[in-house]
Amino acid sequence: MVNRPDNPAPPPGGQPDPAAGFAVTEWLSDSGGSSDVVISSRVRLARNLAGHPFVHKATRDEREAVLQTCRDWILSTKISDRIMWVDLHESPAIERNLLVERHLISKQHAKGKPAPTAGTPVAAAEEPRGVAISIPDERLSIMVNEEDHLRVQMIRAGLALDTCLEAASAIDDKIEAGLDYAFSPKFGYLTACPTNVGTGMRMSVMLHLPALKITGDIDKVKRAATDMNLAVRGFFGEGSDAVGDLYQISNQTTLGKPEGAVLTDLQDAIIPEVVQYERVARRNLMSKRRVALEDQVYRALGCLRHARMIGADEAMQLLSLVRLGVVLGLIDEVNAKAASLLWLLVQPAHLQRVVGRELDQEHRRIERATLIRDRLRGT
Amino acid sequence: MKCDRCDNDATVHEVTVRNGVKVEKHLCEACAAGEGIAGASLGELLTKFMTQEAEVGAKPKQVHKPRVAACPGCGFTFDQFRQAGLLGCPACYKAFETLLTPLIERAHEGATQHAGKVPKRIAARAAGREEEAATEAALARAQIRERQERLKVLQRQLDEAVRGEQYELAARLRDQIRKVDITIIPKPKGVQERSEP
Repeated sequence: MVNRPDNPAPPPGGQPDPAAGFAVTEWLSDSGGSSDVVISSRVRLARNLAGHPFVHKATRDEREAVLQTCRDWILSTKISDRIMWVDLHESPAIERNLLVERHLISKQHAKGKPAPTAGTPVAAAEEPRGVAISIPDERLSIMVNEEDHLRVQMIRAGLALDTCLEAASAIDDKIEAGLDYAFSPKFGYLTACPTNVGTGMRMSVMLHLPALKITGDIDKVKRAATDMNLAVRGFFGEGSDAVGDLYQISNQTTLGKPEGAVLTDLQDAIIPEVVQYERVARRNLMSKRRVALEDQVYRALGCLRHARMIGADEAMQLLSLVRLGVVLGLIDEVNAKAASLLWLLVQPAHLQRVVGRELDQEHRRIERATLIRDRLRGT
Repeated sequence: MKCDRCDNDATVHEVTVRNGVKVEKHLCEACAAGEGIAGASLGELLTKFMTQEAEVGAKPKQVHKPRVAACPGCGFTFDQFRQAGLLGCPACYKAFETLLTPLIERAHEGATQHAGKVPKRIAARAAGREEEAATEAALARAQIRERQERLKVLQRQLDEAVRGEQYELAARLRDQIRKVDITIIPKPKGVQERSEP
């Protein structure tokens, strides 16, 4: 079950929002640098304990041992003012999915990975693993026994990779003071997958690029990013589609370049350029195709306000246009924050949490439409 | 170009340099085969080149497949890594270093050396070693200086002895100088004595 050492607060989300049962998770708060385009910034550090097999090779007992060591150290060190610990192997699927939707754990971590032991196969979901989350801000999460023993993640609203790196590195130092990391002077931090070896650092920025999508220039961005050895992914990371015109750009390589150099490249050069590109596309749409753009934006708003059944992906896409309309000043009866929050609330686990019961797909579509209608009612 | 042996076109060219003399051979495929020079394809040559290193020490003519022992840390084999895409434990990096390095190089834009953050403990350990090394170097420098001083003194004494025609003393001093002179030449590190086969 969920173990909250010094906080009896409600499920992930920190302070409850009376309307929805949730606070806006900090990274979706529409604040921070370049927030018209940049939704959030994230830094993730992959770390492993010396002398232990990597997670996929470890038996259940070995995983349990690593989990216990990490949990004890994380909870006994003053890592953050308030930390919530979740033993994922003992949590219901809906709670795990809630954490995935809030970007606090990966999909893979929610599912779990079967141990290589012979004998009775234990369900992957029951494999010992957990996550520590700082509350109520939810900026920090530390996954234990994902692909690597430890994955420290810092997430902030807007363009704030520098703050994320600084904070993640400070947490990393605190963890390292009590746990012996696997490190080699040649290859750096040793990770289960050689593609993460070196700094073990993945820096990513989530961007809202609806104008580049409309003009079709998004493909140029993708190609340019690939040429610069950057990965472009969707809302939920690896293997996910760019629903809601949300794209994550991250560094692909982790060896040979210090953290600071990766930071400078992304934060001071590449991301501002993409942001500028999107802004120019938005301006062009406004000056050259204003009526067509207004039509698209208001159709989206109309659809969201009147639909009786709607899927998550369709809702995300329409919300993207509404957010664009709000940011460009075409719509003034909805605020950008409300549109961003709905991105989260229309996700299946959040929706079921808000409604307060488990729903099948059809009922989810109905309840989703109702929730959106309520939230986007003209005020 | 015609074949050196017959009227066919030469397609195999071999240049060897023996004792500083360049010998060129231009042969057609048939004559080349007769001479034991195979008209090898580039692919064959590359394969040969790649496996050559591993074949050193192997019995000649034996069909060779490079074999790397399982990781002593976790028993994982390189084939298992290939299948899983993940290594078994931190020690695998050392165990499979030779096979892993080209893969890592490809995945990281040619990099094979970490740059960036180092865990504080390891940095401290390394700093300790550096201090040690610095002390050693300082000691060595002091010893060399001392010897050089000693040499100067001996040389002066030798000159005086020669001037004073004290040949017995001069001979003794010369022996001492030789001794000191040899010892100030530091033996290069990492060079091991090896006898010629």
